[in-house]
Amino acid sequence: MKRSSQRVVALLAAASFALAACGSDTDTADAPAEEPAAEEPAAEDDGGVDYASVSGTLIGAGASSQKAGMLGWQVGFQSVAPNATVEYDPIGSGGGRKQFLGGGSDFAGSDAALKDEEWEASKEVCAGDLGAINLPHYISPIAIPYNLPSIAGETLNLSAEVIAGIFANTITNWTDPAIAADNPGLDLPDLAINPVHRADESGTTENFTDYMGQAAPDVWTYGAIEAWDADGPGGGEGGPQTAGVVAAVAAGEGSIGYADASQIGDLPAAAVGVAGSFVEFSPEAAGRIVDSSERTGGRNEYDFKIEVNRTPDSADTYPIALVSYHIVCLEYEDQDTVDLVKAFMTFVGSDVGQAASAASAGSAPISPEVQAEIAKSIAAISVAS
Amino acid sequence: MSQPVAQEKINKAPTSVPDRLFSSLSRASAVTILLVLSGVAFFLTIVGWSGMFGDIEGMSGSDNFLEYVGPLVFGTVYSATLALLIATPLAFAVALFISHYAPRRLAQTLGYVVDLLAAIPSVVFGIWGITVVAPLMSKNVYPWANDNLSFIPFFSGTASTSGRTMLTAGMVLAMMILPIITAISREVFLQTPRLHEEASLALGATKWEMIRQAVVPYGRSGVISGAMLGLGRALGETMAVAIILSPSDGYFWSILTNQNSNTIASNIALKFPEAYGLDVNRLIATGLVLFLLSFGVNMLARRVANSGFSGAAG
Repeated sequence: MKRSSQRVVALLAAASFALAACGSDTDTADAPAEEPAAEEPAAEDDGGVDYASVSGTLIGAGASSQKAGMLGWQVGFQSVAPNATVEYDPIGSGGGRKQFLGGGSDFAGSDAALKDEEWEASKEVCAGDLGAINLPHYISPIAIPYNLPSIAGETLNLSAEVIAGIFANTITNWTDPAIAADNPGLDLPDLAINPVHRADESGTTENFTDYMGQAAPDVWTYGAIEAWDADGPGGGEGGPQTAGVVAAVAAGEGSIGYADASQIGDLPAAAVGVAGSFVEFSPEAAGRIVDSSERTGGRNEYDFKIEVNRTPDSADTYPIALVSYHIVCLEYEDQDTVDLVKAFMTFVGSDVGQAASAASAGSAPISPEVQAEIAKSIAAISVAS
Repeated sequence: MSQPVAQEKINKAPTSVPDRLFSSLSRASAVTILLVLSGVAFFLTIVGWSGMFGDIEGMSGSDNFLEYVGPLVFGTVYSATLALLIATPLAFAVALFISHYAPRRLAQTLGYVVDLLAAIPSVVFGIWGITVVAPLMSKNVYPWANDNLSFIPFFSGTASTSGRTMLTAGMVLAMMILPIITAISREVFLQTPRLHEEASLALGATKWEMIRQAVVPYGRSGVISGAMLGLGRALGETMAVAIILSPSDGYFWSILTNQNSNTIASNIALKFPEAYGLDVNRLIATGLVLFLLSFGVNMLARRVANSGFSGAAG
């Protein structure tokens, strides 16, 4: 019995090695043959990219938050570049970065930029020695839906401290003076607050807690966390995925949650305190978040890793949004991949692309200024010399 | 009585090629089962090893493995126990009704309907739980129980307004394990020797006394093993719990609040899609714990079923 089990294990191990071997050489196999086409100039219509001429399959994997947006991009890209297809496997941000760094995909979608050690590792898998770059292509506003039928039709204002207090369980009733101070004249019910959070690990949770940590550090002392149960304050109700959170808020009077703004349905969303006034969620207001954020590169001029600024100075910016990246190599082995990556990333960063994801996922468009900045980075993608 | 003779005949039966083929085929099938089982156990152990003893830095949260899996084991056992407490008396009564009270035609229909319950996919039970049971209970029952019974620790705390509580999960789980307990109990009750029943009645017992004297003692171990099988199913139930239960980290006795210990299976279902690195290993390690837990329950069920007075089980 024991012996036969050991044999099974050996077999399993052998099989997994074989699989790993298959996985790692898919990217590099046909590289040398393509070299001659290296320096076609491409003077064209959109950002120096001739969509009609690109062909092949681009493989990406990563953040599930981008899944709906990716659907819009895939369809849109297909219509401008009929010979190319884009495949995207929404396995999660961490898994996507891992697969990209293992050479299993051409680009990664991720709710977090590459960490420093991951960037070092990206030099191994990318051609040349410039490593990979982060492109903040997807801004998904996070709304704060609540369930208070007695104040239907009116706007609920919540400052950052109040939001943090509610989710850290220090504000537990809707009649709390701190809430009343934000909402003079609003007749709030005497009702226990039921804060709803994500039961699974999520980029939405990470961005929402990052917001609370930056905007109300005294109240929210847990920092930016992905897993609420493991690292957060406890308490409240947990809902599986976005749909679970929205359903839980809708089900219980007095509940409040945080969720992808396009998914909250008919629930009202709170206006959030920014720079002394209150901003209701809108795609435009959320889109400005990247403008006011600082690039924290230091790696190279093309990297677009940003530290999202949750406390903007102007009251026209909605500060709670998930910023999701596309992670691509700056240099690839062959021209075909370079063309494909450039074409797709250019499309995604264009007005058309941003409109496509806004239509399919309710994302916020990145502003023209940032688009122009990102376009410079995309233009720098090239074949390793 | 005729068993030895029959056995001898079988052993002496002439063998031919198809015979030997069949015998080796069935032997191979038996070996395959063992291989699969041990393969699963070894897979869980090897992949889960680094999840149990690996570097906590590489995982989310700051709990070591025992701190991580403890609440999950508690939640698993707690929800399954609740389900069992609800389902067993119900199943006992239904089985008794089918076997001894209902008219023949009704008994057949009822038996068929209960068996049909077992065919409903668990995700459907989950959706039923979240859309029907949870709102119903949270509007009508939980506030009352919370107001009037909160001196009992199980009913204390702030009652959930959405109804996604341990009690709701336990009730839905109870519905899911009802068919198997009912089916086994019913079969055992039906096998009660006619002579026992008639003897009891002849001594002047009423129908209920007859059932207590003859049917229940005869069927007891059958009911218990049915309950154990149900417990096994409740321990491993995934989707229904993942949909219904509002999970938190820690141990929670109260069954009316939004803070509940999650179950192992539901936790895996929730966390696995986005997990990577050592977190995956840790989830698989919790799977190993569940594997051992179910194994233990099954062994226990076997022991219980084989002991005690019963001609039906074993």
